[in-house]
Amino acid sequence: MLEVNELSVSYGRINAVQALTISVAEGEFVGLVGHNGAGKSTTLLTVTGTLRPAGGDVLFDGKSIVGLAPDEILRRGIALVPEGRRIFGRLSVGENLKIGATTRKDKKGVEEDMRKILDRFPVLQRYWNKSGAKLSGGEQQMLAIGRALLSRPRLLLLDEPTLGLAPLMVDRVFEILDDLHKEGTTILLVEQNAARTIEVADRTYVLRSGGRIQFQGTSEELAKMGDFETAYIGMG
Amino acid sequence: MIVGSASVVIQYILDSIANGSLYALMALSLSLLFGVMGLMNFAYGELIMSGAFTMYYTHSWGPVGMIAMTVIVVVVMSLLMELLAFRPLRKAGPSTLLITSFALSIALQKLAYMTTNPGIPKTVRPYPWLTRQFEVSGVLMSRLEVIIWVMTIVLLVGMTLLLKRTALGIQLRASTEDFRMSQLVGVKANRVISSAFAITGLLASVVTVLFMLGHGDVRPNVGQGPVLVAFVGGVIGGLGSLPGAALGGFVLGLVLNILQATLPRSLQGHTTMFAFLGVIAILVLQPGGMIVSIRKLRRKRDQAAALSEGAPS
Repeated sequence: MLEVNELSVSYGRINAVQALTISVAEGEFVGLVGHNGAGKSTTLLTVTGTLRPAGGDVLFDGKSIVGLAPDEILRRGIALVPEGRRIFGRLSVGENLKIGATTRKDKKGVEEDMRKILDRFPVLQRYWNKSGAKLSGGEQQMLAIGRALLSRPRLLLLDEPTLGLAPLMVDRVFEILDDLHKEGTTILLVEQNAARTIEVADRTYVLRSGGRIQFQGTSEELAKMGDFETAYIGMG
Repeated sequence: MIVGSASVVIQYILDSIANGSLYALMALSLSLLFGVMGLMNFAYGELIMSGAFTMYYTHSWGPVGMIAMTVIVVVVMSLLMELLAFRPLRKAGPSTLLITSFALSIALQKLAYMTTNPGIPKTVRPYPWLTRQFEVSGVLMSRLEVIIWVMTIVLLVGMTLLLKRTALGIQLRASTEDFRMSQLVGVKANRVISSAFAITGLLASVVTVLFMLGHGDVRPNVGQGPVLVAFVGGVIGGLGSLPGAALGGFVLGLVLNILQATLPRSLQGHTTMFAFLGVIAILVLQPGGMIVSIRKLRRKRDQAAALSEGAPS
């Protein structure tokens, strides 16, 4: 479904990502872990059209999406839950959800999805008229996920959704992602929490600095690699 | 005697409300563009100028034709400004946009000087039935003043409904807060920016019609003074907030008019000086308005920088 081929992204002279190749198949849950500066967020920002690559290609359904505007990429079916959640604080919770459906024309489908999302996250129903800025970090994360789901994406990208959340909330976010995956959503998750990501993901890529792949594999395969734990899980 | 002075005060206030209302509408337009794309558009004054000349040249068409043509010309001018001057600078910083707006403002003024034969004084002839004053319990007012109050209320309520109730309004507010993120949820950048310019043009055309019907003199720099006052008013109220800017414009317009009426004759030429001294004092003592807008701009810039660095925190 998503193929990132030999992707290179640089900021001036600094190469943030060098010849990175990853892929996500339909229905798959793929993790992308690594330390600060490993190029994880850069990769997501390039896939969603916010950054331009210096080289390489990004294919979605076999077609290149490089150079398309972010809203066009969303229309093709890729939604992002961004780092730091980026909730619109001046909009109410309801408006934050509604704006997630901007690209859709099927009113009935949107209403149906809205109902599903409010059933999944009842707290959003309760705070419907409240400003998005007033929610707690965990509630905002649910709002950000709900907002992204309202575009009915075929591929959901998440950038460090558990960053700064209380441990109980971290559990809840992973639970939600696991549920979404079981319901058939294709997910690409960027995380620093390597251990938890490997647990829930079908496959995980481990990046080292400059967006180079250090390891990749299923949770069983990664667990077999001796130095992986010391290098990443221990520090992650 | 007491009754007399009370009605004089009421008279000042009523006159000034009409003046303040026009500045409120102008400050609201400036704030909308500032919020959506970080643009402080000083060429807004030339929208008023182009409207004023349209009124002058179409006056013989009768009020309906003249007003319709003015609205069309000003809205089209506003959209052209976006398309030709600001769209190519979509990724530029606020200071580049600001300088571009100054350049555009000067260029359009000079163009008007070159093409409209400024040697001949031009006025939009007033309609006596609009400007003739009538007395209501000791206070003089004109139909034009009443129309200005009503139009301001209608436009402010209309803008509020548009921003709160429609999908476009939600998109505009989201873009005002975080432009990049709004694109990531599917808002089309061109559509939302063009809409902001169209709304700005519509407000400018109404301001032009109401302003020119009262003042009449058509000059290439007719918009320059008002836009400066509206800008300062907007800054006092906080350009980053739509209602704040409108309120700031209203209050400054009101104060300027009251000063004009109450200052001793020898000082009346210096009304704006007194008003702006007051503004400086407010900004020094209570910089809330200014700070709101600057902080917002800085946050936006930081976010853009963080995005382009892509460095995860």
